[in-house]
Amino acid sequence: MTTEEQGPESGPDSEAKRPAPITAPKGRRAPDAPTVEAALTPSGEALAALLPDVLAPFELEIGADIDEVVCRVAPEHVAEVCAALKSDTRTFMKYLRLITVVDYEENDQEFEVVYHLYSLEHQHKMVLKARVPAADPALPTVTTVWRGADWYEREMHDLFGVVFSGHPNLVTLILPDGFEGYPGRKSYPLHDYDEW
Amino acid sequence: MPELPAQPTPPTRIDNDHGGTDMWINMGPQHPATHGVFRMELALDSELIVDAISHIGYLHRGSERLFENEIYSQIITLFDRLDYVSNFNNELVLVMAVEKLMSLEVPDRAEYIRVILCELNRIASHLVFIGTFALDMGALTPSLYTFRDREKILALFEATSGARMMHNYFRVGGVKQDVVDDFPQRVNSLLGELERGIDEVDQLLSHGEVFVERTRGIAVIDGETALDWGLTGACLRASGVAYDVRVDEPYSVYDRLDFAVPIGTAGDTWDRYYLRVLEARQSIIIVRQAIQQMEPGPIQTKVRAIARPPKGEVYAHAENPRGDFAVYLVSEGGESPYRLKVRPPSFCNLMPLRDLLIGHYVADAVVILGSLDIVLGEVDR
Repeated sequence: MTTEEQGPESGPDSEAKRPAPITAPKGRRAPDAPTVEAALTPSGEALAALLPDVLAPFELEIGADIDEVVCRVAPEHVAEVCAALKSDTRTFMKYLRLITVVDYEENDQEFEVVYHLYSLEHQHKMVLKARVPAADPALPTVTTVWRGADWYEREMHDLFGVVFSGHPNLVTLILPDGFEGYPGRKSYPLHDYDEW
Repeated sequence: MPELPAQPTPPTRIDNDHGGTDMWINMGPQHPATHGVFRMELALDSELIVDAISHIGYLHRGSERLFENEIYSQIITLFDRLDYVSNFNNELVLVMAVEKLMSLEVPDRAEYIRVILCELNRIASHLVFIGTFALDMGALTPSLYTFRDREKILALFEATSGARMMHNYFRVGGVKQDVVDDFPQRVNSLLGELERGIDEVDQLLSHGEVFVERTRGIAVIDGETALDWGLTGACLRASGVAYDVRVDEPYSVYDRLDFAVPIGTAGDTWDRYYLRVLEARQSIIIVRQAIQQMEPGPIQTKVRAIARPPKGEVYAHAENPRGDFAVYLVSEGGESPYRLKVRPPSFCNLMPLRDLLIGHYVADAVVILGSLDIVLGEVDR
């Protein structure tokens, strides 16, 4: 082994030579950044026009994000809204693509639960959103609508502590049994944990 | 308002109320046929599976939390490590998401390079599946053939990106560097070899009596149930649902390419296997066309070295070898994503495992799990 191939020297001098560790999180937020412009496709426009009719009994806030229709509802209505979207022949949202949670605790003390839905019949895609308070994040399960919601909800319960009431088996999925804390939340420390 | 359907029965351990004596056996996580570190507990009544519990999370690395603290070009390297059998396909989805958010136009040549590499990666991934699936049933020989052919694909990847598997080759707005000069010739000769290789293993395995007996009619799932569970990829198409992202929502240059999407009828284990053989053949057709259509030109759009997308949310997805791989990206305008959620196809395909296992013999458990073609790296993230 030549001298070049040897590892870093140990001793009092080596500490100074080592580059500073990259620990500071590079900015996730840039308040002055521009916002992306939404431009719905004709099929997206058609769906946005349909939604108030299909979901008549519920309070909605319909918007758009790039190319997807975004519909905001109250968290307590999520299961009923999903059931209506799935069974109505005009929407037929039979395919649940994704359930996820976005942590807006820093600013709004809220979590946003996001459902991505797709209809194979009409080729419609949409996003359903509901905001729950971070102090008591609970909303009804949609496993009654799509069985495929099962593991998504368990995962989000693991990582964010969101309680999907009525879920048949809301137990640990991807974290070790007995793990404490919710590592998906922004408030969970990234480095200051005990290693074993 | 429509009435909510009845609640599914909770998957808990059952009592021995059917007269038999249940035995709980443990399979995995250190088991060669679980394709990674996956563990399941099986309740047996003699040889029959009466209940099953899946345990995942042995490979959980907190990737999604990690993404939030890295810049986009660093995240590409992490995406290689999600589904570590189809690395190029993972990278493609991430760069597509960022490009969609920044409304970037990618040069044609870069798009063709991406499609060629992704389709070759699909063939490589399906070859691994065919080999290991046969191995699960005790057939050792096919895996030697498929891994031989896969290695040829990986050699081409190494010549292109510098790495066999963890490529880090796609960039926001293009690719890292142009392909080697004799790339078209190398790909064409490789495709000939792959065609022969796939035919060889197809003749060796697919219609063999023992193989068909062990896979036909095992773990049948119909189209409606498959949709309800959110199955994707070959598992969904085997049940007769014609859904392929490349066709339904064409991305990159797939709208300029002519190919067929094989659809199954029975929705059983054999269909799920054979669809992948057919898909590998279609990928060869796609690569041939892409090589012909590819022209010299730039391979990278001008972007900031550190990409900074505007505020907004985007859902980008693509057809990976295992199914519909998607990324949900929330940007607050910073250099790192505010939230980056991955929708891994293996995660969806693994969900109905309990329903598929119940009622089958314990010897079929390995076959049923193998037919779903899971990669735990993306299930656990």
